[in-house]
Amino acid sequence: MDSFPFELVSPEKLLISEEVQHVVVPGVEGEFGVLAHHAPFMSVLKPGVVKVYKTEGGEPQKLFVRGGFADVNPKGLTILADDAIPLEQLDVSHIDDLIKDAQEDVAEATSDEAALKAQLRLSHLLQVKAVEG
Amino acid sequence: MASLKDLRNRIASVKATQKITKAMQMVAAAKLRRAQSAAEAARPYAERMERVLANLGESLKNSPEAPLLLSGTGSDKRHLFVVATAERGLCGGFNGSIVRLARLKAEKLLAEGKEVQFLTIGKKGAELLRRNYGGLIRERIEFPANKAPSFASADEIAKKVLELYQAGEFDVATLFYSQFRSVISQIPTAQQIVPAEIPASDEAVAVAGGAIYEYEPSEEEILEELLPKNVAIQIFKGLLENAASEQGARMSAMDSATRNAGEMIKKLTLNYNRTRQAQITKELIEIISGAEAL
Repeated sequence: MDSFPFELVSPEKLLISEEVQHVVVPGVEGEFGVLAHHAPFMSVLKPGVVKVYKTEGGEPQKLFVRGGFADVNPKGLTILADDAIPLEQLDVSHIDDLIKDAQEDVAEATSDEAALKAQLRLSHLLQVKAVEG
Repeated sequence: MASLKDLRNRIASVKATQKITKAMQMVAAAKLRRAQSAAEAARPYAERMERVLANLGESLKNSPEAPLLLSGTGSDKRHLFVVATAERGLCGGFNGSIVRLARLKAEKLLAEGKEVQFLTIGKKGAELLRRNYGGLIRERIEFPANKAPSFASADEIAKKVLELYQAGEFDVATLFYSQFRSVISQIPTAQQIVPAEIPASDEAVAVAGGAIYEYEPSEEEILEELLPKNVAIQIFKGLLENAASEQGARMSAMDSATRNAGEMIKKLTLNYNRTRQAQITKELIEIISGAEAL
């Protein structure tokens, strides 16, 4: 299987930059897998887990992202993550904090649109907690 | 002429000062290295962000649905100056030159009959601006002095700026900070952050290879998420550059202070030795003339 260049960057540093086989990305409208020769594509991320497969069928490297953007172009995949933490270093309390923030946002939302957004975020976070926590 | 004791005291005090400036220089050098590597680490994100923005912005620039952050309010009457300076002094002309640039621009805009408001980051900038524009400072943000700027804090500042923008408090926001070139050269810079300036997109087009992008969700929605983030990133970049510049400026300021102190010690020591010699000669003359009189 062909590999392609993958980059994961957070505002504070470049976390990953290497050739990979397969990456599963948590897009807002559903998770999607990226293989080599993917069509140009851009998506907003939901809070969730990015899975990076360096080799075919190998164990994926998992990282929690709080949100961000994925940009697939002919030169490879770039994820601009708000905050990326390797899953093994992730504390449940960190997710709990984020959930609490999201709950506050839901409560304080002034418009329907903002409330909907916050609600969506909250449900994504609860999902992550249920799966990984 | 000063007495020997006075001179001795002065030499001791200048030596103590020299020790402090020397230590400050070395601390600044160590911090500079750290600040520089932090600035470098943040560069990839900003670069990718610019590329993505260029890609999107080009296709949406002239569309009526373009978000307010991209198209602007259509007026440039009311300005917000975000002035980022240091929390501490003793770093040469660092704070002064940023504030001078901001003041210059502010005067120009005020003369044109426009409104200017300030949002200051860092204690020193607020202190310097208070003298002339005390009433125009909307908000002062201060950080604990010894902490490197984090993205979270930049994000908070961005939120404040965006809130003011949403509330219609200003039309154009400009960020003032000092760009780091080298230890001896930091360039005060004014950068417009709202409405967003879309970078030229030659490279972006080349990257996409002319292929058509698919967006999820729609382009407008992505842009709406991206633009506020871009403001935060620009502020973060400014803060990091500022941190490196501050340490660089402090390093060279302390270096010259150490050198000046060295020169002063040399002069005072010379003076001290001369005075001592004069006193010895005087005493000798007294003894000799006393012996001759006998």
